[in-house]
Amino acid sequence: MSKFKLSRRTILKSSAAGLAALSSAGLPRFAQAAGLTVGIVYVGPRDDFGWNQAHAVAAAALKDVPGVTVVEEENVPETIAVEKSMESMINLDGANLIFATSFGYYKPFVLDLAAKYPDVQFRHAAPLWTEADPKNAGSYFGYLDQAHYIDGIAAGLSTTTNKLGFVAAKPIGTVLRNINSFLLGARKVNPDATVQVIFTGEWSMPVREAEAANALVDAGCDVLTCHVDGPKVVIETAESRGIKCCGHNASQAPLAPNGFITGAEYKWETIYKMFATDLAEGEALPNFTGGGFDVDFVRSTPYGAGATEAAIAAADAAREEVKAGQPIFVGPINKQDGTPLLAAGESLDNYEPALDQTDYLIEGVSGSIT
Amino acid sequence: MADTTETPGFAVETSMASDLPERFRRSAEFVVIPLLALIVSGILFSVFLALLGKSPVGFFALVWKGGFGTSFSWQNTLVRAAPLVFTALCVAIPARLGLVIIGGEGALVLGGFAAAAIAIPMIDWAPTFLLLGVMAIAGMLAGGIWIGCVGALRHYRGVNETIASLLMFYIAVSILNFFVEGALRDPSDPNKPSTRPIGSDNMIGVIPGTDVHWGLLVGVLLCGLLYLLMNRTTFGFAAQVAGGNLRAAQSQGLPVGKLMVVSCAIAGACAGLAGFFEVAAIHGKANASLVAGYGFTGILVSFLARHNPLVIIPVAIFLGGIAASGGLVQRRMDLPDATVLVLQGLLFVVILVSETFYGRLSIFQSKGEA
Amino acid sequence: MGDDPGLMTVLLAMFAGAIRVSTPFLFVSLGEMLTEKSGRINLGLEGTLVFGAMSGYAISYHTGSPWLGVLVAGFCGSLFGALHGFLCKLPKVNDIAIGIALMLFGTGLAFFFGKPYIQPSAPRLPSISFGSWSDHPGIRQALEINPLFLLGIALAVFLWWALRNTRFGLIIRTTGDSAPAALALGIDVNRVRLLSTMAGGFFAGIGGSFLSLYYPGSWTEGLSSGQGLMAVALVIFARWNPIYCFWAALLFGAAGALGPALQSIGVSRGYHFFNAAPYILTLLIMIASTSPRRSLKGAPGELSITK
Repeated sequence: MSKFKLSRRTILKSSAAGLAALSSAGLPRFAQAAGLTVGIVYVGPRDDFGWNQAHAVAAAALKDVPGVTVVEEENVPETIAVEKSMESMINLDGANLIFATSFGYYKPFVLDLAAKYPDVQFRHAAPLWTEADPKNAGSYFGYLDQAHYIDGIAAGLSTTTNKLGFVAAKPIGTVLRNINSFLLGARKVNPDATVQVIFTGEWSMPVREAEAANALVDAGCDVLTCHVDGPKVVIETAESRGIKCCGHNASQAPLAPNGFITGAEYKWETIYKMFATDLAEGEALPNFTGGGFDVDFVRSTPYGAGATEAAIAAADAAREEVKAGQPIFVGPINKQDGTPLLAAGESLDNYEPALDQTDYLIEGVSGSIT
Repeated sequence: MADTTETPGFAVETSMASDLPERFRRSAEFVVIPLLALIVSGILFSVFLALLGKSPVGFFALVWKGGFGTSFSWQNTLVRAAPLVFTALCVAIPARLGLVIIGGEGALVLGGFAAAAIAIPMIDWAPTFLLLGVMAIAGMLAGGIWIGCVGALRHYRGVNETIASLLMFYIAVSILNFFVEGALRDPSDPNKPSTRPIGSDNMIGVIPGTDVHWGLLVGVLLCGLLYLLMNRTTFGFAAQVAGGNLRAAQSQGLPVGKLMVVSCAIAGACAGLAGFFEVAAIHGKANASLVAGYGFTGILVSFLARHNPLVIIPVAIFLGGIAASGGLVQRRMDLPDATVLVLQGLLFVVILVSETFYGRLSIFQSKGEA
Repeated sequence: MGDDPGLMTVLLAMFAGAIRVSTPFLFVSLGEMLTEKSGRINLGLEGTLVFGAMSGYAISYHTGSPWLGVLVAGFCGSLFGALHGFLCKLPKVNDIAIGIALMLFGTGLAFFFGKPYIQPSAPRLPSISFGSWSDHPGIRQALEINPLFLLGIALAVFLWWALRNTRFGLIIRTTGDSAPAALALGIDVNRVRLLSTMAGGFFAGIGGSFLSLYYPGSWTEGLSSGQGLMAVALVIFARWNPIYCFWAALLFGAAGALGPALQSIGVSRGYHFFNAAPYILTLLIMIASTSPRRSLKGAPGELSITK
């Protein structure tokens, strides 16, 4: 057990829940890795240069484990299709471990199947598993808002108009949290900074993403970042408009040789490699695995030509602080409508479960979520 | 359309002289030509695979295994066929009038949304049968009005129904997203905007002994009912006449406008019912997952069935099987998910081309004619 | 009015958006217009557009020449057009249905062969600056114009002239208005339609390559959001007139820019509907501009959708 790098949150959770979350006792152990078939389900194309590709590249680590067969299926929608795809992996391919990598797979599909197939292990890429859920299910997740916070710090020192642009797909919890953290980073080093957000309404809609990016530049933003499935278009638009940008999901540094500052990336390979090691040693996988910079689950893209020395220094320092557990959400912070979120002197832990439920934007962000 | 008398010169009294009874020859045409078309598609697709260095035999063996080879595969196939039955009816009924409706997906989405929305104030007090009944009616009404509008626009304004229905699909999705991410959003789930769940106790169960929800059975019954309506009633006969020659029908005093609007409304109600079952049997709530493409696959099903409601059932199962095996093909043969799209497109083209052979193959003509 | 910076921003964004987004609409609608003028409708241009986007991007990536990509995209498009034209000449084969089938087939093939090209960066088409006279960065940016846009305008004018004034134009129009009349004149109706559909496919392929090679400028599976089909609606709205096709394409481009532009000045309530503006606008225009009683002015008599 000790080799798991436990996140603060996991420890918080498990101590509250009597350590059951971490205990592998009672879970069916994989006697040996040999004969293990791992099924992985993706919501989009495996080579989308974004979310799905980040998983697919990292999950390749599992293929190197002797005796492990990996079967993969892409473009599986969040409908009954995913339930049947996972079941097909179990019934026809003999899969005994399933990774479901899209948010909407969990409820009801993963939960239903976990109850139906108690001998199969399910792991889902979002912080959703709780004590009440089946013990053969679980969650793994990287807290990307920490990296967006670092982006914000670098961006706050790079802007001259004090207007930062954010192209976002949908107003859901994780996206809102990333936007808020981005602003908090920028405000930490530049109290005048504001973030302008445009929602495209779809996870992948290139023409509208390009239009949104252009509209933000026209409105005076001189640093852009985004949270959409494939950030390629936003980054390339920023570059062609001659402004700076921060990436998302994977490294977009080569797409913007002049203006790229840094980017927020998941480091799924840490998690998948950890799982691979467990499998090779016949260990059971933990039910809840999550973390940020502290456990190397997220990273910042290496700085590009757009990063100034001051930005690099401030971002590097802030990353060390976050790694050490210094909170991102430090009061006073008001929500967009002026109601207080945190009073002066208050702060939220970076793994505070309430942050998973973010349904607001904070003051300093313009753009409404409805 | 399948049983209209498309072959010229019906009054041939020479069947005694031929080897086979006349009636049998005629119906044989409707079996043999589609079968030949299937075989030709199979051959063309085999060539496609062979050119790419993949084994056609392996492919079809996997399609068989994944779609029909095991009892699990059958369940998988039937679950995927259920929504297709409804959405195919949404194309087939207006097709009798010569209308090509391709926006059934929009009616599905709105039907599902209406069902989930009307349930919200009822969940706490209404008994299950009342809740589901009201939801089903709401879904059918929403879908019926939506596509009914397409028919009305066609008749009263001369707006092309194919394009109007497609445009209205995009509008339907924006209506869904507007409410699901706004006024009707359930606050308990910030990460996948959805309406309030109807609760697992209220959900429609599965047919005993299977994984398939009752929607499939309802779909099959509906196909039978609509077959009777279109082939055994004055309404169906009038629709047929109007579809054959609009001006003639008008000059005979048939209420063409009413026929169009009613047919389209029935069609939309079918698709709306598909949306209701997605909500009441699969998701338990309305969210963006309702936009899953069933409406578009339904177009293919209806054309393959030559818009005959009874033939829709086996064709939906056939295409459900192809969809069910798509994952297996991806996993075992390392082919992209788009393989199924290519196969569907090819099937579609070949089936349409096969139309040209009805009444022209001499083997099906009695000797006096040939 | 001009003092309001918000309004100015939106108007400028819509102007810029019209120029940026309209080119695919323009090419597809000109292609569809030509096909429809000959008496057939090709709904498969959506598939052609997507395949053109993929093939253009792939060729540009492999050869380093985006213009060769444009050409190949057009060539692939004309192959799809040829398939449509050939199949539709068979008796009892419905052109609308074949179009829907080819839409599925073209999209499927594009996704199938496009997997390896999602990630690589291909050389893109250059733009020409027409805005150096202005100090305003927004205007300067808006006047960064791609040569394909200019080519599209030239093509619209040429088609407008050629359809009226040349023998080919007369042949196409006659074929589209009345096949029996064309036959009586000794015109090979099927051949004219085949060639018109091929030319239409060529233009649609080029429209697709604009998407992947200029704006937004990369190949992904979500690249087209129905542009190919909306262009078909646009042709009806433009009354089969190439010059009107150009204005309609500009209008659609501007409508597409509306949603993001409004959000950028802080108007974001109901952004789903602003984002759907092009679809809503198309529908409203079709409702307003059609009539059940008289056939549309300029409509080819043989066209199945207006009969």
